[in-house]
Amino acid sequence: MVEKSEGMLSPYRVLDLTNERGFIAGKILGDLGADVIKIEKPGGDTARRLGPFYHDIPHPEKSLYWMGFNTNKRGITLDIETADGQEIFRKLCGKADIIVESFDPGYLDSLGLGYAALKEMNPGIIMASITGFGQTGPYKDFKAPDNVLWAISGLGYVHGDADRAPLSPSYPISYFFSAMQAVIGALIALYQRGITSKGQHVDAVTLLGLAWATGPEVQGLWPLNKEIIKRSGRIWPRPQTSPDGEVTYINVPLTYPCKDGGVKFFPFVEPGMIPSTDGLRQWVMEEGMASETLKNVDWSTWNWATVSQETADEVTGSFARFFMNHTKAELWKGAQERGIQLYPVFTPKDMLDFPQLDIREYWQEVEHPELGATITYPGAFTKLGEGSCEIRRRAPLIGEHNEEIYINELGLSKEELMLLKQANVI
Amino acid sequence: MESRPFEGINILDFTWTATGPFTLNPLAFYGANIIKVEWRERYDALRSLGPFKDGIPEPERSYYFSYSQVGRRYNITLNMSHPKGIELAGRLVTWADIVADSYATGTMEKWGLDYENLKKIKPDIIMFRTCMHGHTGPLARQHGQGFILTALSGVDAIISWPDRTPAGAFGALTDFIAPQFNTICLIAALDYRRRMGKGQYIDQSQHEAAMQLMAPLILDYTVNNRDFTPNGNRLDYAAPHGIYRCQGNDRWCAIAVFTDEEWEKLCEVIGNPALAGDPRFATLLDRKQNEDQLDRIVEAWTSKHSPEEVMRLMQASGVAAGVVANGKDQAEDPQLAHYRFFEEREHPVTGKIPFYHGPCFRLSDADYEIGRATLIGEHNEYVYTELLGLSDDEWAGLVAEGVI
Repeated sequence: MVEKSEGMLSPYRVLDLTNERGFIAGKILGDLGADVIKIEKPGGDTARRLGPFYHDIPHPEKSLYWMGFNTNKRGITLDIETADGQEIFRKLCGKADIIVESFDPGYLDSLGLGYAALKEMNPGIIMASITGFGQTGPYKDFKAPDNVLWAISGLGYVHGDADRAPLSPSYPISYFFSAMQAVIGALIALYQRGITSKGQHVDAVTLLGLAWATGPEVQGLWPLNKEIIKRSGRIWPRPQTSPDGEVTYINVPLTYPCKDGGVKFFPFVEPGMIPSTDGLRQWVMEEGMASETLKNVDWSTWNWATVSQETADEVTGSFARFFMNHTKAELWKGAQERGIQLYPVFTPKDMLDFPQLDIREYWQEVEHPELGATITYPGAFTKLGEGSCEIRRRAPLIGEHNEEIYINELGLSKEELMLLKQANVI
Repeated sequence: MESRPFEGINILDFTWTATGPFTLNPLAFYGANIIKVEWRERYDALRSLGPFKDGIPEPERSYYFSYSQVGRRYNITLNMSHPKGIELAGRLVTWADIVADSYATGTMEKWGLDYENLKKIKPDIIMFRTCMHGHTGPLARQHGQGFILTALSGVDAIISWPDRTPAGAFGALTDFIAPQFNTICLIAALDYRRRMGKGQYIDQSQHEAAMQLMAPLILDYTVNNRDFTPNGNRLDYAAPHGIYRCQGNDRWCAIAVFTDEEWEKLCEVIGNPALAGDPRFATLLDRKQNEDQLDRIVEAWTSKHSPEEVMRLMQASGVAAGVVANGKDQAEDPQLAHYRFFEEREHPVTGKIPFYHGPCFRLSDADYEIGRATLIGEHNEYVYTELLGLSDDEWAGLVAEGVI
């Protein structure tokens, strides 16, 4: 019988050579039970420099970025640019199933540790490589920070307000669209290995993941209609077709400012949505903020494909004034009571205050004895019937499992370990 | 054709809209059989979402639907509000390894296709479910919508100027985040079943999955009590870092400079090497302190050049830069072309569709197969007569009774 604390991937070992571009890949595999070993440079991974920091103390053991994405990993230090480090890494590969890495294309090959070399000693090894532009192609050596990928993928152009420059996320998210794809590829390879006994190389390309996420409007309307989709920010332009077939748009807000942030609402008039839309109308009227147009509106005959911009503005203008009188929390509470499909633009504080997440026990308390603290983390990414998906251990300290792995598992002696430490190999 | 890893894996697909189908596509790329269940009066809601072929909003003309159905599928009609429909669904469950749905809580239960019942039909069945808030708790029955989830997951909040209400995500960005977690989980469940002989129940809250990406921002709040505030296109530890106006109508280029060396290179590219030594910009701290001035200087140069030229010159000098690609640029992008990102498929109603695509990764030893969007009930004959073995009379009877 499998213990509840074991995960579906518990027989597998993963070597994690990623930096911040790929942390989440190993984390997800660890959440599902794999034995993930994070390999850091001696002195610690460079991504430990990333904030925010625990109590705002900028220190490699206090990076919340590190902590958030390295749970369920054991940690060792190893310099794979040294001959000893390379020999140790090959030994680790002999007992591993999956390697996840996010170096520039060709880097591991230059060390003799690329997929071609490693499969010679372990034909079942699976290597998943996360890069911005991929292992091959004309852009493969381009520098590929988050905002550049966001831009080239096509996502940049459609984000932001029409009157300003396009926007990229203030908190980088581009590489999530390849780190997770790397895991999908690695697990397909793992499943295939069950049939062929052979591993393979996964080329996870951020540009492809982001281009996929631009969706069919961006990708379709140019080749089909020679139409280019533009950014419209908080506005959701609604198309209107004139009798001679010309398409124009009226501007309808989708996100409105409220007292303490943003709130999303669209007055849908499909039959199932009228109770929601009319619920807001009623609420605005009760507080005496409805325009004459809004008071007298008949949603059953309202048509976004024909209504004039002026009439639309008279309706949404009342909503806008009403929202500015309320906080996100007030609007959410009232909307829930009245069956209105209205949603605050959540920041982390709103997430922590959201009852559904408490009820589903999403938040997980994780002990940090070295800090004398217990920290609340986002927990399982999914709920499972068999085996668990949860945080089983906090992110490792620098070299925390060196002895456990090098001495107990690889059979190095204590003396060798001391020597390797002094030589800056581990 | 060489064998594909998921050949022989059968999926009974009650998912609709985006997240569910996007979850299953990678399994279809690599050989899984999917039977998509629809009903003429209750078809996939994405069939109602444009753009449409010739602008005519009919269920077989939605390009959005096509986009979500790039994995090969069979399509059947089945009337789940008829008792015989539920009975037939039970027979399809015996065929399936995975039963997938993306309805809010209540629909599968109403049909008697909850996990407990599925297990009675097939003990090692994998049931995969995804909905906005997960299948427990007071919000389990709420229907989802992409633009709601981008708000609740923090994706909208991070796409914002500091002085404005968030511009937020274009479209349903979380519909491209949640499925990735799901595909991972489903393949792990297949592997687990192969080794342990056990099925699995997967209950995804799309909200919970999407928030995983925000872990550092959440920890900043739970540890430091600091709520997230946006910073537009800037990044704490880089300058210049932004999106700069270029020559042309609404043309832009992203630039990111992290090191002093990159800064010196940028100054050379813009023909002003002396700027690197300017005390206002000599160090990162200087550049952050004078970032408004810095951005104006960079933009004064970029606005005289096309974004392609900015990207080419900067990247050739080791400075990160990228064209802010619009739909046309994307269609012509050489790197996407190198990876054959866009593939054309012929659809019986919409004709040639030039933007089908395969997986977002490439495997060294497994090819992928791209399907095309199916018509409602397109494979009724194959599924009901060949797979389920209904006789012609039985089939005709079920059609007459309004079951198929």
